Amino acid sequence: MLQSDQVAWRGQFTGAVVAETPEAARYAAGLVRFRYEQRPPDVALREDRDDLYKPLDAAQFGQGGGELQDGSPADSVLGDAGPALAAAHTVLDATYTTPMYHNNPMEPHTAVVTWTDGELLVYCSTQGATMSRDLIAATLGLPPGRVRVVSPHVGGGFGSKVYPHAYAVLAAMASRTVRRPVKFTLTRQQMFALVGFRPASIQRIRLGADAEGRLTAVTHDVVEQTARAKGYADQTAVCTRLMYAAPHRRTTHRLAPLDIPVPTIMRAPGEAQGMFALESAMDEMAIACGMDPVEFRIRNEPDVHPESGLPFSSRHLVACLREGARRAGWERRDPTPRARRMGRWLIGTGVAASTYPSPRLPGNAATVRVAPDGHCTVLIAAADLGTGTWTALTQIAADALGVPVERVELRIGDTTLPNASPAGFSSGINSWGSSIAEAARQLRTLLETEHGDVVPPDGLEVTADMPANTDAERYAMHSFGAQFAEVRVDADTGEIRVPRLLGMFDVGRVINPRTARSQLLGGMTQGMSMALYEHSVLDQRFGHVVNQDFAQYHIAANADVHAVEAHWLDETDPHTNVMGAKGLGEVCIVGTAAAIANAVHHATGVRVRDLPVTLDKLLSEP
Amino acid sequence: MKPFRYEHADTVAAAVTALAEEPEAAYLAGGTNLVDLMRLDVATPEVLIDVRRLTSDRIEELPDGSLRIGAAVPNSDLAADRRIRRRYPVLSQAVLSGASGQLRNLATTGGNLLQRTRCAYFQNVTTPCNKREPGSGCSALEGYQRDMAILGASPSCVATHPSDMAVALAALDATVCVQGAEGGQGPDGELRIPLTELHRLPGDSPERDTVLRRGELITAVELPPPDFTATSRYRKVRDRASYAFALVSVAAALDVADGGTVRDVRIALGGVAHKPWRAWKAEESLRGAPATWDSFRDAAAAELAQAEPLPGNAFKMALARNTVVATLLDLMEAAR
Repeated sequence: MLQSDQVAWRGQFTGAVVAETPEAARYAAGLVRFRYEQRPPDVALREDRDDLYKPLDAAQFGQGGGELQDGSPADSVLGDAGPALAAAHTVLDATYTTPMYHNNPMEPHTAVVTWTDGELLVYCSTQGATMSRDLIAATLGLPPGRVRVVSPHVGGGFGSKVYPHAYAVLAAMASRTVRRPVKFTLTRQQMFALVGFRPASIQRIRLGADAEGRLTAVTHDVVEQTARAKGYADQTAVCTRLMYAAPHRRTTHRLAPLDIPVPTIMRAPGEAQGMFALESAMDEMAIACGMDPVEFRIRNEPDVHPESGLPFSSRHLVACLREGARRAGWERRDPTPRARRMGRWLIGTGVAASTYPSPRLPGNAATVRVAPDGHCTVLIAAADLGTGTWTALTQIAADALGVPVERVELRIGDTTLPNASPAGFSSGINSWGSSIAEAARQLRTLLETEHGDVVPPDGLEVTADMPANTDAERYAMHSFGAQFAEVRVDADTGEIRVPRLLGMFDVGRVINPRTARSQLLGGMTQGMSMALYEHSVLDQRFGHVVNQDFAQYHIAANADVHAVEAHWLDETDPHTNVMGAKGLGEVCIVGTAAAIANAVHHATGVRVRDLPVTLDKLLSEP
Repeated sequence: MKPFRYEHADTVAAAVTALAEEPEAAYLAGGTNLVDLMRLDVATPEVLIDVRRLTSDRIEELPDGSLRIGAAVPNSDLAADRRIRRRYPVLSQAVLSGASGQLRNLATTGGNLLQRTRCAYFQNVTTPCNKREPGSGCSALEGYQRDMAILGASPSCVATHPSDMAVALAALDATVCVQGAEGGQGPDGELRIPLTELHRLPGDSPERDTVLRRGELITAVELPPPDFTATSRYRKVRDRASYAFALVSVAAALDVADGGTVRDVRIALGGVAHKPWRAWKAEESLRGAPATWDSFRDAAAAELAQAEPLPGNAFKMALARNTVVATLLDLMEAAR
């Protein structure tokens, strides 16, 4: 930032104005005149561009050492898909597209910064205080110990607050210059240019099946937007590596470098768009094979991870499909499109599967302290973005310490606390919870063995690193789910309503049913919003997002959300962590869009392969 | 946001004079659109003259059965008024289909008519726009066209008028009462403008939304005595169920004779033009025709024959046609 006289995208920071009020600062900024040598931006995502490239070293977050955002390799090949497709009894070859989406948490990105004796204090809205501290310090050339980040409550993030963005560094630079505290809150419009987005994708899927509806070949080739300024690659086709059994398989990821802002993580980054394509294709293929879409998926359920060959730590997708189908009344379904009509409404139902990894991220430690009066304090720099971290970690600590929750005081969201990995990858409970459980276990052991179970007068404290999980090498760890959608489509106008969404999830042990259900409902609602409303329109001439506010970037409103049900299987995972929990914050947005698009096809006979599914795509010609 | 002064006027005449004397002044009523535009630097007045308390916030019934709606009547009061709901349900439905409860509590009748287009390029000062900066060019013409006009547009502007209320008023033959420096033919020097003639088509001066001259202030809107308007309906089609502007909306009232022929009909369209679009041609084609699906469809086609859609909003042709037909069929159903 501010390191070059080249502007990489429209809306990039070119300077800062500091004033007493945001209104005055914005007015002043509007009076500053820049002279540019203007060049036309290149922002066209096409699969036939000659500069597509295989992601290089875009992995910044994951542990796998691969090129994708989650650490997976960009490509995978097993067997030989080409001949297998040529020989298949039934073949599907379809291309699906997903648009640019912006995370748009209600609370905008904000930083309040102040310098004291060369040390920087940053109050900001972040999903990862520790990582923000480390990256902000590195950018400013400071040792991490000279930066403190405080973020105890976060008003939503959906991934856009995992990485620190340039605004926090800009505020720190401004504050250093004016020698006063500086506050910087992005406007909603700025959030469409400066804090990342889910990149648009073009996805070609080919499926081959034998006469019994068993898949013989699966390929998933992805072309996705990235910024010319900095590479970023979602793991869009990685879901296809694990969902269904087939001997011949291939997945690829290619990036189109464009003059656009840098993409970032957005809730289920990759799986959300990849499973729209795969689960739409599975619906099309089930129809082509003359099978029920639920039964078609069950017939292709793998025994082990189809590419790595590892067993799953737990995988209850079939149970989710069967129990979800039972609750949704699936057996009454007539598969014929346009078979049900009530007045002007065409009615249809659809199903799709969900999946998301359940990893544990490195870089965690927790401190647990007990006072002679029994009061317990638990310290970890974790984040709560409205997900229930405050509640669930308190419960985990109380359980591990064997004390009532009232005796546990949790502190999170501050880099003076032990390090924590960001709230991302659905890894929070797994990573932070495991660290707290380990510290609590060590504290109880210490108390028993050294102190005869009596807390010494000065209290007792243990800090423990997150324990290693050797099972992580031996098992594939993923959450699963099945989502069922009922839609109504107005036969005259193409208007779409979703009277019912039902999700059945396999997420291991649920720590807190209330906060878990809230997250699942939120994810499904966001999935519906992805299916029907949200899309950022990139102006091809100017390179900016045209619909850069909430009046124009449509997110599902209350009136759009009818019955949404989230249920889970009463299962625990024996390998993920001591709680038996799996991630649930992201699996719930995965598959919703396909379930809705499949239901729209069932209602209308129109297959929409390009999100969002809007009414113009369902209108008959004049 | 540009710094500005905030002033009150004690009388309509004083407000009109004050505005005439200040080249960069603007009237402020509910402010639900103007203040947004000021935050975006689209509107940069030096002075805001608050007119909210200068005009009536009541709905009066006149001796001939007309209703006179004061310009300061909040949208929420207008929609809730029993006389409006019973005699002109299309108007109540239109108002309730727009904005949110909070905005409707603040927004006024006069201000609603004078809200500006929500064209994304108009609202973004970094892109060319003839309406905002005459002569700079129209970004929408070859840009994002979903919300743009299919009727009455020009090469200099393809924006749409965003009001739902105005579409219903257009169908109801409403009259806009205006007070200005020059005076007019009505009582107290009032000008009376048919609502359908208040808003302009863009032509080559899209910076002018209405025929109002500088300083003229809307004081009231009058509805003629009710006839068959009790059988009226507003149908708004948009990209989500709430909080969105119309892709296409239809305000319609229908009067069918016992023999099943259309005695009279009123149709206006929203979301399709620079102004609330009274569908005169459709009405003309329907009067005396059998009240059937075929006639309704022919009438919509007659109106849309003059449309010039853009590639990005061509779907509005089928959408407008189908919505007109569906709304008229609904009114047939309601009249039974």
